[in-house]
Order: sequence, then structure tokens, then C-alpha cells
Amino acid sequence: MTEKEMLVDYLLRLGDNSLILGQRLAEWCGHAPILEEDLAITNIGLDLLGQSRLLLTYAGEVEGKGRDEDKLAFHRDTMAWRNFLLLEQPNGDFAKTMARQMYFDAFQYLQYEALSKSSDPQLAGIATKSIKEITYHRRHSSNWVIRLGDGTLESHDKMQTALNELWGFVHEMFDMDDVDNAMLAKGIGVDVAALRPAWDQYIEEVLAEATLSRPYVTWSVRGSREGKHSEHLGYILAEMQFLQRAYPDAKW
Amino acid sequence: MVVTADIEKVTSVLEMVKDPEIPVLSITDMGIIRNVEMKGDRPSITITPTYSGCPAMDVIEEDITIMLKLHGIEDFELKTEISPAWTTDWMTAEGKRKLREFGIAPPEGTSKSALLGHDPVVTCPLCGSKETTVVSEFGSTACKAQYRCTDCLEPFDYFKCV
Repeated sequence: MTEKEMLVDYLLRLGDNSLILGQRLAEWCGHAPILEEDLAITNIGLDLLGQSRLLLTYAGEVEGKGRDEDKLAFHRDTMAWRNFLLLEQPNGDFAKTMARQMYFDAFQYLQYEALSKSSDPQLAGIATKSIKEITYHRRHSSNWVIRLGDGTLESHDKMQTALNELWGFVHEMFDMDDVDNAMLAKGIGVDVAALRPAWDQYIEEVLAEATLSRPYVTWSVRGSREGKHSEHLGYILAEMQFLQRAYPDAKW
Repeated sequence: MVVTADIEKVTSVLEMVKDPEIPVLSITDMGIIRNVEMKGDRPSITITPTYSGCPAMDVIEEDITIMLKLHGIEDFELKTEISPAWTTDWMTAEGKRKLREFGIAPPEGTSKSALLGHDPVVTCPLCGSKETTVVSEFGSTACKAQYRCTDCLEPFDYFKCV
């Protein structure tokens, strides 16, 4: 890969994370347990969608092949997507959605904090803007984990089960491959491996307050950086891309 | 009629463009207009988005274009810049007053304190009491939280700090 191709790939990883999680959260619209939560989840999804629009637009500009945000969102098949496996996992029950959200919010907060000092001014600008939103997201998901964990016997069990089920997906967030290393060397990207201790500490503080335990799960899966996804991504894309596939380049 | 544009004229026209979700506020009150300058005879306007995904931004761009053309300013440049990132600290005092009169509690304190997790003391825009509680940090639009007054018992929107 050329340096330019690496930057495009790096931006797609960031943008795809926000887009796929945003799409997942949108599935809760009209289905959340209470009205306030319906508004909260979809607002968070909207913030993520906004981040992905900025990132994909920028990726398309760097690439210079005439692909805009819509082309990148709607005209790519599963193998070309770079989002974390964690984020494409189904919503499950409310506890599972909040576990997924807290794992990612805590990661994204640290990642974007570092990206706000990127040597790439456009990326630094996007990160600085987004971190304000992520601050609210992280507080929201953490509060729910605490509330459910330190709630009733049933909510406690459901929260612990959700945390356990998704634990095997968190490790790949902290992997560094050639693209990550090249971007780090240029001062554009972040050393995500170095973020793990701070992430662990944050999660442990929330879990302690929630009377929950750190999951003891020995399996882990990886592969999103090479486009190896779980079966779930295809279904997300089938729904998200339907209109553009059936009526290419349709406009509002 | 095509008029000769100058900074004063453009600024006064922009003052007439309202936030589509909170129609009492102009986009100037909101701090969305970052710069107005003349490049020769051509005005150049720089705006900044509030929240990354705020759907009002597309409407605001359209409204600016329509309003300028309506006032005879046909040729101009409209740019969006995301850096420095928009903050509620840029909202004008006039904007905060209008919000309160409209029934929305304006942002309290600075963006920094809110992001560090300090709970603001929010004044009820309806009865003026400071005895209020947060219902949800997310509300009817990206920029608002839901609060309730424990004195007059009315629910209200709070324009949260970012």
C-alpha cells in the first residue's frame, strides 16, 4: 500500500466504526424501553452518523477517485468494511446494547483524545469536535451499566451476561497493524495498544461501582482490519444499502 | 434587484436567518457564523456545525443561500469549517435571553466544566427556581437535555453545554 492508500484505510476504519454503530443504534428507534431512552439512543446514533460523514467525506477526498461519503457508505460490500467486529454485533437486549456502547465509548474517548493532537489538521479537527459528543455518550452508557448492575438481581445478571458475551470482541480494538504503525510514525495516527491500561482502568472503575465483575472469557476474535467480518455485517448492509442498490444514485 | 454587498449588509441579512429547530434564535446568536469577509466584491461567509450529525445544518445552509438571494446578494461563497469546534460558550447573551423567554433553559457555566462531568445548576425557565433535576442528558434535539422543575413540576428543555 502507498502512504495515501494507508491514510484512506485508516480514515475508513474510523468512519466505518461510527457508521456501523450508528446504524445499529438506529434500530432501537421506537423500541427502547422508555421514551427518554429512545431519544438518547437515537441522538447518540445521530452523533456517530455525523462523525462518519466527516470521516468518509475526508477519506474520499484523500483517495481522489471521486468517491464521496455516499459512495463509500452505500457502494462497498462487506470485505471492504473496516469497522470493529464488536460494533456489528446485534443489539440483543438493552443490557447488551449498553455493554457494547460502554466498551466502545471508553475506547473511542481515549482514541479521539489522542487523535485531537494528530499532525493531520483535518483529522485533529474532526476528533476535537467529536470528543465533546463522546463525553456525553460515555457518561450515558456507563451510568446505565452502573444502574443495571447495581439494580435488581435480574438486571444484575443480564448486565453481567452481556458484558461476558461481548468481551471476546474488545481485544482487536487495541491491535496495531502495518497501517496503524505507519500512521503512528507520521504522527497522524494513535498507538491504540498503549491505550489498553487506561481503558482497563476505566472499565474496572465502572464495573466496581456497578457491583459487576470483569469478564473472565478466554476466547477472542479479530479480523476487521482485513475485512474479515462476522455474518452480521452483511445483514446490516443489506438493509442500509438497499435503496442505493435498487435505485443507484437516487436522491431525496 | 441585485445590490452591492458589503459586510454590514451581509451581516444584517444573516441576522434574519433563524435556527430551524429553535426559531427564536438567529444563527448569529447561536455562534454558527464564524466569519464574514469581502473577497473583492464577493462576500465570503464561514459557518461551523453545532453537532456533527445535526440535521439542521443542511437546512441552515439552504436558508442562508435563500435569504441572501432574497436580499439581492447573488454571488457569495459559503464555507464550512469544523475547527475550532463549536461551543455553547459562543452563544451570545442576547441568544441566551431569547432561549429562556422561549422556555428553554440556556447553557449554564462553561463548556469545559460540563465536559468534566460537573452537574450544572439549571434554572427553570418557567418559574425561575433552581430546584431542578435532570431527566435525561439527551432530548428532542442533539443540543438539548431534558429537565424537570421540582418546584413548579413542569418539564423543560435545557440547552446543554458542549
